[in-house]
Amino acid sequence: MAVIFPRWANKVPLYLAVVGALGGAFLVFAVWYWGSPNYTDVGYAPEQPVPFSHRLHAGELAMDCRYCHNTVERAAYAAIPPTETCMNCHKSIAKESKKLAAVRKSYESGRPIAWVRVHLLPDYTYFNHSVHVAAGVGCVSCHGRIDQMNIVRQAKPLSMSWCLSCHRQPDAQLRPRDEVTNMSYDPKQAGYEPAKDPARKRKVDPPIHCSGCHR
Amino acid sequence: MADHSDAVTRDAQIQWDDPVDRRVPLTLGIKSFNELTEIVCRPVEWQTPKHWWRVFLFALTGLGILVASTAYLFWEGVGVWGLNNPVSWGWAITNFVFWVGIGHAGTLISAILFLFRQKWRTSINRFAEAMTIFAVMCALLFPTIHVGRVWAIYYTLPIPNQMGMWPQFRSPLLWDVFAVSIYGTVSILFWYVGLIPDLATVRDRAKTRIRKIVYGIFALGWRGSTRHWLHYERAYLLLAALATPLVLSVHSVVSFDFATSQLPGWHTTIFPPYFVAGAIYSGFGMVITLMVIARKLFGLERVMTMRHFDNMAKITLLTGSIVGYAYSVEFFTAWYSANPYESFAFVNRALGPYAWAYWIMVTCNVVVPQVFWLKKARQSLVVLFIVSIFVNIGMWFERFVIVVTLHRDFLPSSWDYYSPTIFDVAAFVGSFGLFFTMFCLFVRFLPMVAISEVKAVLPQANPHAAHGEVSEGGH
Repeated sequence: MAVIFPRWANKVPLYLAVVGALGGAFLVFAVWYWGSPNYTDVGYAPEQPVPFSHRLHAGELAMDCRYCHNTVERAAYAAIPPTETCMNCHKSIAKESKKLAAVRKSYESGRPIAWVRVHLLPDYTYFNHSVHVAAGVGCVSCHGRIDQMNIVRQAKPLSMSWCLSCHRQPDAQLRPRDEVTNMSYDPKQAGYEPAKDPARKRKVDPPIHCSGCHR
Repeated sequence: MADHSDAVTRDAQIQWDDPVDRRVPLTLGIKSFNELTEIVCRPVEWQTPKHWWRVFLFALTGLGILVASTAYLFWEGVGVWGLNNPVSWGWAITNFVFWVGIGHAGTLISAILFLFRQKWRTSINRFAEAMTIFAVMCALLFPTIHVGRVWAIYYTLPIPNQMGMWPQFRSPLLWDVFAVSIYGTVSILFWYVGLIPDLATVRDRAKTRIRKIVYGIFALGWRGSTRHWLHYERAYLLLAALATPLVLSVHSVVSFDFATSQLPGWHTTIFPPYFVAGAIYSGFGMVITLMVIARKLFGLERVMTMRHFDNMAKITLLTGSIVGYAYSVEFFTAWYSANPYESFAFVNRALGPYAWAYWIMVTCNVVVPQVFWLKKARQSLVVLFIVSIFVNIGMWFERFVIVVTLHRDFLPSSWDYYSPTIFDVAAFVGSFGLFFTMFCLFVRFLPMVAISEVKAVLPQANPHAAHGEVSEGGH
């Protein structure tokens, strides 16, 4: 019988098996790691048209989140404040600051500041801030320590499994209603137990079926 | 050719009169191992004949219809099909069950008959297994394209994902995904392992370099050493043992799609065995249809003999009768249960708007195959071919009748009549295009009979051969 293949061909199936196994494992890893919102979305910190610092306002000045994001308790969206809200203070504070030039311009022209959105959910996902705040989920649970950020960056993946991890076991993320905007409150350290909170009339029972969020 | 057909008749005569087993031999007038190799390898090695091109182009046209209609389906959505309330399952599921069922004959022949040491399987197992694989391909097609958002089909697989979402393990539709994909995988492995020695034969006979390389790659360096045979036979036996339960389990799981729902007419415990019998029945129907044609076109009369057809006709008769029994038991149960909804479902089946489909089913599946009680009918290629076509039609209608049970649900205001659209028809016709395209490629490029296995059952391979004349040239 004539020889068709050279001797090294004997090793080819072995190489193929090894390369196939490693390649397959690498493919799984690649999708798992680089395709995850943990990689693609977390850390997103776009430059904003105004160098507004949450660290200064929410952290050092200890302003309440709801002063600016005032619809958060009543509406699905936590409002981005209009320029007028900024000017409530900045009419009299840091009036000449160069950093605030864009704010003043916006105030005079009536043209809103084009803030760049950081936390963006897909259109097919229904999300309502008010129910979460009403249930006693802290701002910090989803947005991280905003009070320590000069430039806001996305701290959590906002992926479906991340949402579900809390929807399945919400208790760890719950806090008293009046601590919702307190960034440094830690329910675990405080020994908070939702079931024993007299202010809670019923158990938090978030939806885990499809149409809870995909309506 | 004259003495060849003389030899056929003579051998047949000798064996019919054999006082010991009174059986025709498994092959007719094959005088040596080499002659068998020549017969089987001829279609793989000859100049591609015109009739092959004609059939192939015809099949390709069907495949084109499939591709075009599926492209439009993806673009436009499943609304182009006739599905709607209350018949929310239409031809797609009908075709799925039809094609999966057809596959079962191949696995029965190749695995179960192997474990039962039925030597007659050797002439037809390769052919029937190829049919199984192509049928499973067609079957997998329909659930895949019917999901609407086909790019999300990977949701059916349990892959860890950022959605934290798993398939619904309580759903029989998911069990289908596992059952059919396992079935496809095992069938392909079993088929391929069986092919290796024959691929080596084709490789060794190859005249051109490219043939040597291509067949050489797929022959995996087979040299036919004793060690190779030892490993090969163990692997083959193991795969046969793996494939055997699948013959029963796959179509049982498919039947769960219906049986686990709480719909009168579907929610019955007889469904799994009834589906399995139907699957084997439809599969043998298809094997006979294909084999009558292939054996004629490729001159395999001496390998695929009337004895094979006779055996297959008997299995067809048996499974067809089981199916007929199941039809009548369904009616009996409906009456005996004293459940008015159940009774309505069945009376409506036989006398309602789809009575025409029901009676086509009964005629094709229960009445027509009864001719196989007659030996003359089992020995006539014309009768075999016609009956097998009836079986194919009948078994498609069986699934259709079951699916359109939906047309009269619990709320009379939503009763409606289901009609397919041109795109339903195109997908079904197109699936035959896919099936025959694959089959044409198979018969052109692979040995369609398991050469090495048939050699083992040739009289020459039997050291105690009874007929000196036949075993001349043996070892």
